[in-house]
Amino acid sequence: MKNFWNNLYGWFDERLELKELVNFMEKKYVPVHRHSIWYYFGGVSLFLFIIQVATGILLLFYYKGTEDLAFESIQFIMSKVEFGWLIRSIHTWSANLFILAIFIHMFSVLFEKAYRKPREVTWITGVLMFFLALGFGFSGYLLPWNELAFFATKVGSDIVGAVPLIGEPLKIFMRGGEDVTGATLSRLFGFHVALFPAIFSSLLIIHLLLVQRQGMSQPMEFEGKKKHELKKMPFFPNFFLRDLILWLLVLNVLAILAVFFPSELGQKADPFAPAPEGIKPEWYFLFMFQTLKYFPAHIWFIEGEVVGVLLFGAAGILWLLVPFWDKRSSRGERNKLINYIGLFAVMFIIVLTILGWLS
Amino acid sequence: MNYSKNNFEKQGRRNFLKYLLTGGVVGFTGAVLYPLIAYLKPPKQADVEVSTVSGGLLSELEKDSGKIVRFGNKPVILVRTINDELRAFEATCTHLDCTVQYKKEMGVIWCACHNGKYDLAGRNIAGPPPRPLQPFRVVLKGDEILISKQS
Ligand code: FES
Repeated sequence: MKNFWNNLYGWFDERLELKELVNFMEKKYVPVHRHSIWYYFGGVSLFLFIIQVATGILLLFYYKGTEDLAFESIQFIMSKVEFGWLIRSIHTWSANLFILAIFIHMFSVLFEKAYRKPREVTWITGVLMFFLALGFGFSGYLLPWNELAFFATKVGSDIVGAVPLIGEPLKIFMRGGEDVTGATLSRLFGFHVALFPAIFSSLLIIHLLLVQRQGMSQPMEFEGKKKHELKKMPFFPNFFLRDLILWLLVLNVLAILAVFFPSELGQKADPFAPAPEGIKPEWYFLFMFQTLKYFPAHIWFIEGEVVGVLLFGAAGILWLLVPFWDKRSSRGERNKLINYIGLFAVMFIIVLTILGWLS
Repeated sequence: MNYSKNNFEKQGRRNFLKYLLTGGVVGFTGAVLYPLIAYLKPPKQADVEVSTVSGGLLSELEKDSGKIVRFGNKPVILVRTINDELRAFEATCTHLDCTVQYKKEMGVIWCACHNGKYDLAGRNIAGPPPRPLQPFRVVLKGDEILISKQS
């Protein structure tokens, strides 16, 4: 048996020169310091993404993405298909944890200034993946074609329409027409299972390759310290095994959530029924949504909502470009401003999410 | 003399090729992108042209109640007030597109999405809606309620 594996390894080694890869793996280290725990959240996000792909493919085997059949096919998955409820519940829960993990990962990178030179591109691909994750959430929300999703999508896409110039064409593009109809379902379905995964995977590959190529970012205090003062642990197997244990833990949490709080389905969407009470976007949109409520109907001659949407758009672009306007961190100087901005963003998101939740 | 003339000619030929190439690339990109963008733009669906729809029988609509009626592919809200008047409005909230409903307890047309309120003349009176609801004309033909576009 051992011989067989050796031969197999030899066969590939001869063709691919695996030696270099093994050497590379052996030399990969993870810095050890009091903030090391944050290194794990990238891996957790990756794990949850893998779960999303796997359960998503499973759901595709039964889901039908049309106006007449979408709701019924999910009903079928939930009630007739064995463990269908479990797969669907895991998919929804994992989606939520995925976004949570990305939030944590992103903010920890921000506070550690790990985006500073030379890791600008890693940050940008990461933020783009974060935006895509929100897109996954928005498009996936409509797929069960229930009442709540129908009106939430109407409201969400109408807000997009508020953007000057490009808003209206973008809204029609998203909806596949003037209104939210079966055409919208087809489109968002296409985005959710084909377009977004394709773009996301490309970004993810770049992101991971860069992390491998450049190694883990070290905290800024490490710079200028002597080599032997720096504590580190080998990526393989030490860090890798810790990663695995955490993944196992996440999987368990996921299973518990999915079993005890399975996803609901609600009422089938009816375009000729009044909107039900309690329309709320998913929690990760709630803070934006709640903020928009505080804008007055008109600011000068512009609609308040337009101002709000534009401000969020500008914030998103600034966020994407952090490594380019925070020159100080790249020069190795401390930049307290980023900490304040990050802290403000965290507080803002938490407070408004809670307010949105309570209202 | 001969040499520079030659050079000049070469420069001309090079420029010519450059324009040809640039033009080609631009033309090619356009030829690829145009159909793609045109494809993504959803075709105008012929609006179901209706001028009048039936709102059901008066005897089946209680006083102080309302219902949603299908007007082509748009929802319209029909309300029978306490004073036994019939009113109809476009049921799409002017705020963010939700479908409104008649709220008995408050005697208003209400939007559940963000708690927007309209009075029974369709005027936005509370909450976020920025504009009043578009009114429709209601007439009675025997017991049947007919709803039509206001001209
Ligand atoms: S959509 Fe009606 S109040 Fe917002």
